[in-house]
Amino acid sequence: MSELTTNPNSLPAGPDIRPKLSRDDILMRGSMIVIALYLVATLVLPLYTMLSKSFSTYRMELSQYEFQVSDEAGQFDGVILPADELNAQTNAFSDTDLATGSDGRLSVTELFPDFSFRSPVMYQIRNTSDTGRFLVGSTLQDGTDWVTLDSNAFRRVQLRPVQSRGLDNFVNYFSTPALFNSIKNSLWISVLSTIVTVTLAFWFAYALNRSCMRFKGVFRLIAMAPILVPSLLPGIALVYLFGNQGMLKEMLFGASIYGPIGIVIGSVFFTFPHAFLIISTALAISDARLYEAAVSLRSTPWRTFWTVTIPGARYGLISAAFVVFNLVITDFGLPKVIGGQFNVLAVDIYKQVIGQQNFEMGAVVSVVLVIPAILAFVIDRMVQSKQVALLSARSVPYQPTPNRKADRIFLAYCCLIGLFIIGLLAVCQFAALIKFWPYDLSLSLKNYDFNKMDGGGWSSYINSIKLALLTALIGTSVVFFGAYLVEKSNGFRTGRSIFQMFAMLPMAIPGMVLGLSYIFFFNSPSNPLNGIYGTMAILVICTVTHFYTVSHLTAVTALKQMDREFESVSASLKQPTMKLFARVTVPVCLPAVLDISIYLFVNAMTTVSAVVFLYSPKTTLASIAVLNMDDAGDIAPAAAMGMMIFYTNAAARIIHLIASKGVLGRTQAWRNR
Amino acid sequence: MLQKPPAGELYLSIQNLWKAFGSFLALKDITLEINEGEFVCFLGPSGCGKTTLLRAIAGLDLQTKGTVMQDSKDVSNLPPSERDFGIVFQSYALFPNLTIEKNIAFGLENSGRSKSDIAVRVSELLNLVGLPDQGKKYPAQLSGGQQQRIALARAIATNPGLLLLDEPLSALDAKVRVHLRHEIKELQRKLGVTTVMVTHDQEEALAMADRIVVMNHGVIEQVGSPTEIYREPANLFVADFIGEMNQIHSQVTKGGRLSVGEKTFACISHSFNDGMPAIAAIRPEDIIPHELGYLDSGGNRNCIEVTLDEMEFLGSFWRCRLSNERFGSSELIADFSINAVRRLELEQGRTLVIELPENRLMAFDVPEAAA
Repeated sequence: MSELTTNPNSLPAGPDIRPKLSRDDILMRGSMIVIALYLVATLVLPLYTMLSKSFSTYRMELSQYEFQVSDEAGQFDGVILPADELNAQTNAFSDTDLATGSDGRLSVTELFPDFSFRSPVMYQIRNTSDTGRFLVGSTLQDGTDWVTLDSNAFRRVQLRPVQSRGLDNFVNYFSTPALFNSIKNSLWISVLSTIVTVTLAFWFAYALNRSCMRFKGVFRLIAMAPILVPSLLPGIALVYLFGNQGMLKEMLFGASIYGPIGIVIGSVFFTFPHAFLIISTALAISDARLYEAAVSLRSTPWRTFWTVTIPGARYGLISAAFVVFNLVITDFGLPKVIGGQFNVLAVDIYKQVIGQQNFEMGAVVSVVLVIPAILAFVIDRMVQSKQVALLSARSVPYQPTPNRKADRIFLAYCCLIGLFIIGLLAVCQFAALIKFWPYDLSLSLKNYDFNKMDGGGWSSYINSIKLALLTALIGTSVVFFGAYLVEKSNGFRTGRSIFQMFAMLPMAIPGMVLGLSYIFFFNSPSNPLNGIYGTMAILVICTVTHFYTVSHLTAVTALKQMDREFESVSASLKQPTMKLFARVTVPVCLPAVLDISIYLFVNAMTTVSAVVFLYSPKTTLASIAVLNMDDAGDIAPAAAMGMMIFYTNAAARIIHLIASKGVLGRTQAWRNR
Repeated sequence: MLQKPPAGELYLSIQNLWKAFGSFLALKDITLEINEGEFVCFLGPSGCGKTTLLRAIAGLDLQTKGTVMQDSKDVSNLPPSERDFGIVFQSYALFPNLTIEKNIAFGLENSGRSKSDIAVRVSELLNLVGLPDQGKKYPAQLSGGQQQRIALARAIATNPGLLLLDEPLSALDAKVRVHLRHEIKELQRKLGVTTVMVTHDQEEALAMADRIVVMNHGVIEQVGSPTEIYREPANLFVADFIGEMNQIHSQVTKGGRLSVGEKTFACISHSFNDGMPAIAAIRPEDIIPHELGYLDSGGNRNCIEVTLDEMEFLGSFWRCRLSNERFGSSELIADFSINAVRRLELEQGRTLVIELPENRLMAFDVPEAAA
């Protein structure tokens, strides 16, 4: 054999074989890098910008300025007046006046009590250090030379703040009870909503999976309805039911719906379908043999429930709990509509940014909000990775046996939940059609005359449909192609795992935080992508990124079911991978592709949180219009618009269903033997 | 250990191939040559590296070190699309949404052929694999065996120089497997395409291969024709992995004979020194039964008296368990013909004389774990 006697248990020295990349490899890696860069530009960089914003503070440094004042003849006597000493004498500005934001401006005339813009006295001002800056009118002065101005011009001198990095914003945040109380509020609202939703959803899912009650299909449909509306819609319904002029106000015994009660009830409504879906999946995969064993061991039904049912569904329950917690704590629309004086983190971000224009504090609250959201996300991922297939090939699916009494109780329970869901939607529809609640109850369509209201009118509805269609089209293409590249390309392990990480990240980022970070990143004049700010493009990009993770996971799950050797076969036949992708992968995965597109469509129609910072007068959206009309007191039109979103989404779902059936019928003939 | 390949042009040459997965070495210094038109089987237990070697030849999982030459061209670092091979997988990997015809035609497109040429070639291939009327169906409408034939047709459609088969028959049931392995062999002979097949089924390898490469723990244990591998295993692993083999602990004594207890046996010549321990090995069907008087008649000295503990009827022969205190706790297994059993009136509990023919008794190294 070879003359080099080698140790049979260690690799010989010398370089490893370096693979020659095929054109397909290069194409696939290149595309993967392009999509990864997209995620960097639309997710990682904005978040980084926001984080660094939360650490930057702005302060007027008076020690950086000096003045001279002339006599009435315009002669300067050479006495230099440092600004900080002047302030010490006059007490013109307190310490809090000097702490400011990036846009802070400070007028200097207050340092001179006998200043008059008509006086012939001349003023000189200069920066004492290179970092000092002040404005004369709109001209920036950043030199250290004396600038001579007459009184009238001196009136228009404004000092600009100095930026520094540090934890000052956070110190400020935690020393303001009005702000940090929101942490406590957000946490307990979320925990309470989680407990209520998971409990209600568990029994609902249990009834649908483990009993023989009737109308299961109808209830399944009803349970999914809240997904089709913006989270703030139940808030509007609750205002009609329990608000100051509510139909059922007395039922609250004097308590106010505006606050935690309203938020919790509304949260239960809009998170119910998410919890139901997860728990229902967990309950659906159960092994009948375990129940047979329990019966043969003469276990009581109660004991069987705690030793078989609950352990079998525990991962589903935990997962549902974290998903609900995350949804509630990051939700903005509902507490905005019904929170009243009760502050929560997501609304604080909005108030800081839109109300007070304090972007730095908005960034600080965002950082605070991201922490519980990321924690919930990480724990959920860990739990899900532990969930190994409980169902082996030998498992026998559980078949519930009829039990008249229990089935009736379950039916009654499901009716109650169904009533709650349908009821809230019906109230909104009712409110939308009433002329003027509660004084004129005659029916009218005037609330649909959106063009007469704030919020952008019918064009915002058209914009929303545009956004939803574009998001579905572009999002599905990018996400599915990205998932294909990451699943099926050869080698390039590091690149692929970085991509996976980027794809998982959006799930952990609350919409408010994403939206705010987009302001910081795309609105900066130095950003070459600045041009998309205020256009439909940024709304599409933001929405695709916001809902990237779930779409990506759906695509990956479908792709994992494809034979791993298709790519090998195609390469051995010397066919380009893209031909395989178009002719085999996409057609076979078409159901998943359609699922992703409807998911993106529905979410683009209902989302409020991320886009609330990004719309412009030309790109108002239906969901934002609901928010703004409600804000302006036009609650009935807000309900009307909310129901428009509901019907649009419901129609989209039906079209999706028909389209899937039609397309599947034609392209998936191979599925039938 | 390395056998010269049978006559024919050298087609595939693998030199000093290594494959590492992290710190685990899946292939260690593999060197192998395959001639044009040969049918070679990689045979070994799961995890022995046979599939890794096949995938390295295909370029699907590149080796860490070493060269692969195909048709005098160095293909060591080329991607699969720049090599010349067709491949069939255990899972068939037929495209589920394309008809049988389109599956077969997949590799024929974009190669400058006209549509009618492709149609002619497809029907030719369908005839070749014996499924002329199935072209319009989808893969899911065919049986497993039929699907595998389609996969084969797709792999040879472009007339590749090398056909790679990765456990092509493992997913099929026993009867179809036997039938199809015959067909694949026939087809390969007809086309004359150099073929490498990976299998863990020794029967499949013995029946189909011109040469078998027996692998274990990432190294080649033996390369040879099926009869060589069976009749003259290079070591105890090969002997034990292929067919049945009786193993008796023994000591080498004068003249290279093997002693078991006080009894010594002549055996096939070997390179052991006197006094060394060795394993005496013989296949069950090589043991010859004699009547009790055979020893006294001054017959063959490679004989020993044994008790017949158990007999099991296996249709064409009897499997017998034989014991003798000299063998210690281990018993011998012997396959006796129905004729012999009838002639010697063998039955459970009888004593008889068996002969271990000198030219069938082999001596092997004692495996490390047992030494």
